[in-house]
Amino acid sequence: MTQHPSLIISDRTFHSRLLVGTGKFASTQIMQQALAASGTEIVTVALRRVDLSDPQDNLMEAVDRNRYLFLPNTSGARDAEEAVRLARIARAAGCEPWVKLEVTPDPHYLLPDPVETLKAAEILVKDGFKVLPYINADPVLAKRLEEVGTVTVMPLGAPIGTNRGLKTRDSIQIIIQQAQVPVVVDAGLGAPSHAAEAMEMGADAVLINTAIATAGDPVGMAEAFRLGVEAGFKAYIAGLGQHSWKAEASSPLTGFLRSNHA
Amino acid sequence: MSFWQKIIQYRWDGIEAAISRKTAQDVRQALQAPNRNFDDLLALLSPAAADFLEEMALAAHGLTVQRFGRTIQMFAPVYISSECTNSCVYCGFNRHNQISRATLSVAEVEKEVTFLHRQGFRHVLLLTGESPHHAPVEYLICIARKLRPLLASISIEIYPLTTDDYRRLIESGVDGLTVYQETYHLKQYAEVHPAGPKRNYRWRLETPDRGGQAGFRRLNIGVLLGLSDWRVDGAFVGLHAAYLSRRYWQSHVSLSFPRLRPAAGGFQPKFPVNDVHMVQLMCALRLWLPDAGLVLSTREPAGLRENLLPLGITQMSAGSKTAPGGYVAKENVEGQFEISDLRSPQEVVRMIAAHGYEPVWKDWDVSFLNAEQL
Repeated sequence: MTQHPSLIISDRTFHSRLLVGTGKFASTQIMQQALAASGTEIVTVALRRVDLSDPQDNLMEAVDRNRYLFLPNTSGARDAEEAVRLARIARAAGCEPWVKLEVTPDPHYLLPDPVETLKAAEILVKDGFKVLPYINADPVLAKRLEEVGTVTVMPLGAPIGTNRGLKTRDSIQIIIQQAQVPVVVDAGLGAPSHAAEAMEMGADAVLINTAIATAGDPVGMAEAFRLGVEAGFKAYIAGLGQHSWKAEASSPLTGFLRSNHA
Repeated sequence: MSFWQKIIQYRWDGIEAAISRKTAQDVRQALQAPNRNFDDLLALLSPAAADFLEEMALAAHGLTVQRFGRTIQMFAPVYISSECTNSCVYCGFNRHNQISRATLSVAEVEKEVTFLHRQGFRHVLLLTGESPHHAPVEYLICIARKLRPLLASISIEIYPLTTDDYRRLIESGVDGLTVYQETYHLKQYAEVHPAGPKRNYRWRLETPDRGGQAGFRRLNIGVLLGLSDWRVDGAFVGLHAAYLSRRYWQSHVSLSFPRLRPAAGGFQPKFPVNDVHMVQLMCALRLWLPDAGLVLSTREPAGLRENLLPLGITQMSAGSKTAPGGYVAKENVEGQFEISDLRSPQEVVRMIAAHGYEPVWKDWDVSFLNAEQL
């Protein structure tokens, strides 16, 4: 997608290109400080972790909705029906109609089910939701989701929580080249350099959770990711030079033309 | 195909011998292996691994934090019936023990759970002895339906059922199944279960299979530490968990580490498991199964629970009572065994936070289940 200085998802504009998840933190205080340090404006929360009927729910209260877009996710859903039900319950409880769609039938690698994700996305979009689907780095699926009206696609760099970086780099590159909606690289990014790499490739944003939450200093790591994302984005805009295996003179083949004319 | 077909390919003596042959070099190799095989598990359970406990603990801690974060999911057991037709020699509910027994009414169960809800619990484990006459499936269905509005997750640890009965319970709002084989050693199993339906080793062994087929989201298994050689039982429970994860790939598998506690009947464990063994077992199983939940109950004393916490534990109970109605609904009913960590849930939660972990009260939602049933 063509890059704009700000990140535009659907009808909303964000100045930060870093989305942050809320799982795995040692305390809500540390999570709040990390969110602040990350500069994020979009915070995703697992619906399974919150009690929507309780206005004093600890996690719901901890995410300041005046400051962040509260993006509920359907983590734990194993088919379209469950994901759709969860999203609707969240909306009925007063959440904005935005949902990070996660359909992960296998509780071990938490890999997304492409068939059920597409099915759920179609239903939720028709139902008026802004859908941000978590997917494997599958370019065709990304296009199919875009066609049904999702507001982003969120391909994984590596399985959730693995910190392994952009293992799916080549497919993500194709997704970026083909996408007409923002591409958010979600899952598996373990270091600010991974985030920078995704942004340098032209991703519109990245989503980080485990690498921040389980760092020795989550607040410091949140800031490092903010900087990594900014650096990568600036590098992409500035235009990276091409890779080369050896030092080259500036015009090894056509330099003679200039010397002849000198 | 069930775990029975898998386990009969192994001999207890063969595993025991393989474990005893493992060397320090085998342990080093197991620690460094990027993907551990069954031989690596045997090395980690072996006497040779005793010299590598710190390395194992560090690796177990690292894997757990990466996979689960610094969080501990809280749950509470709710005993609803102590009636039992079995005669397990280690259990306070043994039918021959002259104890005061009870089966709670649905209203009494609700009273117990309301009390736990006020303390913060949203995940509960319902327990019974084995007496379908006193606690039939219909009774359990009725309880699950009643409790659903109060809870995020309901698990059961009851007598083994058929796949169809498990499906009925899932439709009523139960999402997790706990069943311990107690020991995988056939002869020891027969010795400690001299009478009653629990004598049937294979029916019990295949219970998690039936649960997986029925569609439980969580399968929790374990061995009762003290009944047989913990190293061999550890290898078998590890094998069982790995089998279940692969076969029922949509269910999350977890392991418990119940260690025999004093109970009515005064049973003395033949194979006592000390704290060092406990640590080795937990770490070995974490390294074997990076994604498994590891559960620690109040059977263990407060101090030890604190020390075990960072080694791979993901779920803890607190403030538990092991008698039906033990929280508020009844008085003078005897428990299944003596609790060791007597601290209140609030004290346990403070301890967890002090160790740099977030106690998580809710990590599931009843909305995942079928809408028609809600």
